[in-house]
Amino acid sequence: MATILEIEDLSVHFPINIGTVQAVQDVNLRLEQGEVMGLVGESGCGKSTLGFSIVRLLRPPGKIVKGRILYHGQDIVQMSQKEILSLRGRKIAMIFQDPLTSLNPLFRIDRQFIETLFTHERGLDKKTAFRRAEKMLESLGISPERLSEYPHQMSGGMRQRIMIGMGLILNPDLLIADEPTTALDVIVEAQFLDLLNDLRRQYNLTIILITHNLGNVAQLADRITVMYGGTIAEVGQANTIFEDPLHPYTQGLLSSIPNIKLDQPKLKTMPGSPPDLVDPPSGCVFHPRCPYVKEICRVQKPETFTEDGRLVSCWLYG
Amino acid sequence: MRENVEELLTITNLKKHFPVQKGFLDNLLAKKKGFVRAVDGVSFFIQKGEVLGLVGESGCGKTTTGRLILRLLEPTSGEVLYNGKSIFSYSRKQMERLREKMQIIFQDPYASLSPRMSIGKAIGHPLVIHNNFSKAEIRERCLQIMGKVGLTPASFLYKKYPHQLSGGQRQRVVIARALVTNPDFVVADEPIAMADVSVRAMILELMAQLKEEFDLTYLYITHDLATCKYICDRVAIMYLGKIVEIGTLEEVFKKPAHPYTATLLAAVPVPDPKYRRTHPIPKGEIPSPINPPPGCRFHPRCHSAKSTCSVHEPDLVEVREGHWVACFL
Repeated sequence: MATILEIEDLSVHFPINIGTVQAVQDVNLRLEQGEVMGLVGESGCGKSTLGFSIVRLLRPPGKIVKGRILYHGQDIVQMSQKEILSLRGRKIAMIFQDPLTSLNPLFRIDRQFIETLFTHERGLDKKTAFRRAEKMLESLGISPERLSEYPHQMSGGMRQRIMIGMGLILNPDLLIADEPTTALDVIVEAQFLDLLNDLRRQYNLTIILITHNLGNVAQLADRITVMYGGTIAEVGQANTIFEDPLHPYTQGLLSSIPNIKLDQPKLKTMPGSPPDLVDPPSGCVFHPRCPYVKEICRVQKPETFTEDGRLVSCWLYG
Repeated sequence: MRENVEELLTITNLKKHFPVQKGFLDNLLAKKKGFVRAVDGVSFFIQKGEVLGLVGESGCGKTTTGRLILRLLEPTSGEVLYNGKSIFSYSRKQMERLREKMQIIFQDPYASLSPRMSIGKAIGHPLVIHNNFSKAEIRERCLQIMGKVGLTPASFLYKKYPHQLSGGQRQRVVIARALVTNPDFVVADEPIAMADVSVRAMILELMAQLKEEFDLTYLYITHDLATCKYICDRVAIMYLGKIVEIGTLEEVFKKPAHPYTATLLAAVPVPDPKYRRTHPIPKGEIPSPINPPPGCRFHPRCHSAKSTCSVHEPDLVEVREGHWVACFL
């Protein structure tokens, strides 16, 4: 398999009045063509920031201070505004959490589709554009007549499907989905995950699924990256991470999620709360909450070790 | 439903219809006024000391039901009996007294705390309203309850403001504020929906522990069936303003009798990569409560709908002891 995206030593900082938020710190990640990577973690762990960095849509004052993001070997960090514009949308698409705020309420759906097409493909005639939008809607399971409707006339699930349609209409090969089902109800969420699974095959997509919902990740992802406090705790195959988590944070996270199919009498809880990223703990960011903390964890950042095919940043495996 | 001396709350045929605002043109054309039938004839009871889960998708009327039970909203019709007395017959003064005993925990700990009130003041506020305590007594009680909900060190956090706390701590403040008047009954409206995964487990655990300690009765409103399992004794499933199934946790989860319940259970994402869903997921979404489908409200999405389902509305019938279902199957 070919590598589609390679992130090397990436750090993203947000300088604010009380200091600098080290949102993403020294992150290394490699994505293979055609895989679904689940990027999981709690709020504030840097997973969305990482996603936004890849399409260079960081909100100011956020800045990539270090590292490279190689997309098919080209460094996105060094690209000019013009180069990134030709990449964003056409090659790398992103869908966001809230489909209501991501669609323009004043324009009908067809216009929003056609605008996307015209922006990226000059010289396209209106009829072809319209036909392509119709075809896209069909593959999303929405009747093409609804192209002439406004976003408010659609339900939440339909809007999210429109969003993914607008993301896919230019045939990108990388899709970044940032919490795509958080605003949806359970049944609609299940429908959407099924759709994403179909589209993935149909369009030969590589997907980064950013979410805090481990249930979603379990259903869709091939590999999982667990983030904590701006750093990567663990990367590995979905099966092995769920079966035998290595990093103490992953272990804690997995035992604190409810599983409707299991007979767990009680959920385990993790003491403490996520770190303050303006002033992160010394050494391993997880050490104040870690049940297996050793002396070295307090002073030195853990290296990344390979343990039966997985990458884990923890001194327990050093 | 049935007589039981232990019933803390009895809800009978409760309805709440919100009028839909008409536009100028609709007025001119004298169009008929529409109503959102948010809660449309709901009957159930809550026993003393139990946790009843009220589950459904957004817009099914679960929050409205919770608010009607506390009389934060006036019903269109129907009755809520608290310890055998109708709360809708209470005067404003009497209602104020009663609120000491019936409290609510809201979903969003960011929006339900005033940014200008210190934590101590926010928690002590209900006591200022309900009781004639001295300042020292109020402080004493606040610190005590803060310790109970795990806001420690209490005297340090007492002076803090909401923005200085984490999300989990804020939710603890909201819980402490609800419990400071020593209530019997608490409506918890999606108390963990905004919280992070690791915080959720903590809040659920805390709620279960406080229930024992304060001898509480909860109405736990949620859209997440998976969390119900850890706290509820019984669950009621709502769809479009109606209760479609109600029974003990075990019964409803293991032997769901209503197709909607089965679908909801199947749709919950399972954190296990080896698990594959086998139950079919219905197409479409929850219809508008302004014009709910005739007959059984679930029939347009139901896999096993029969011809009678689109004509007649099923009543709640007891299929097993304490397990009620509104379905013709």
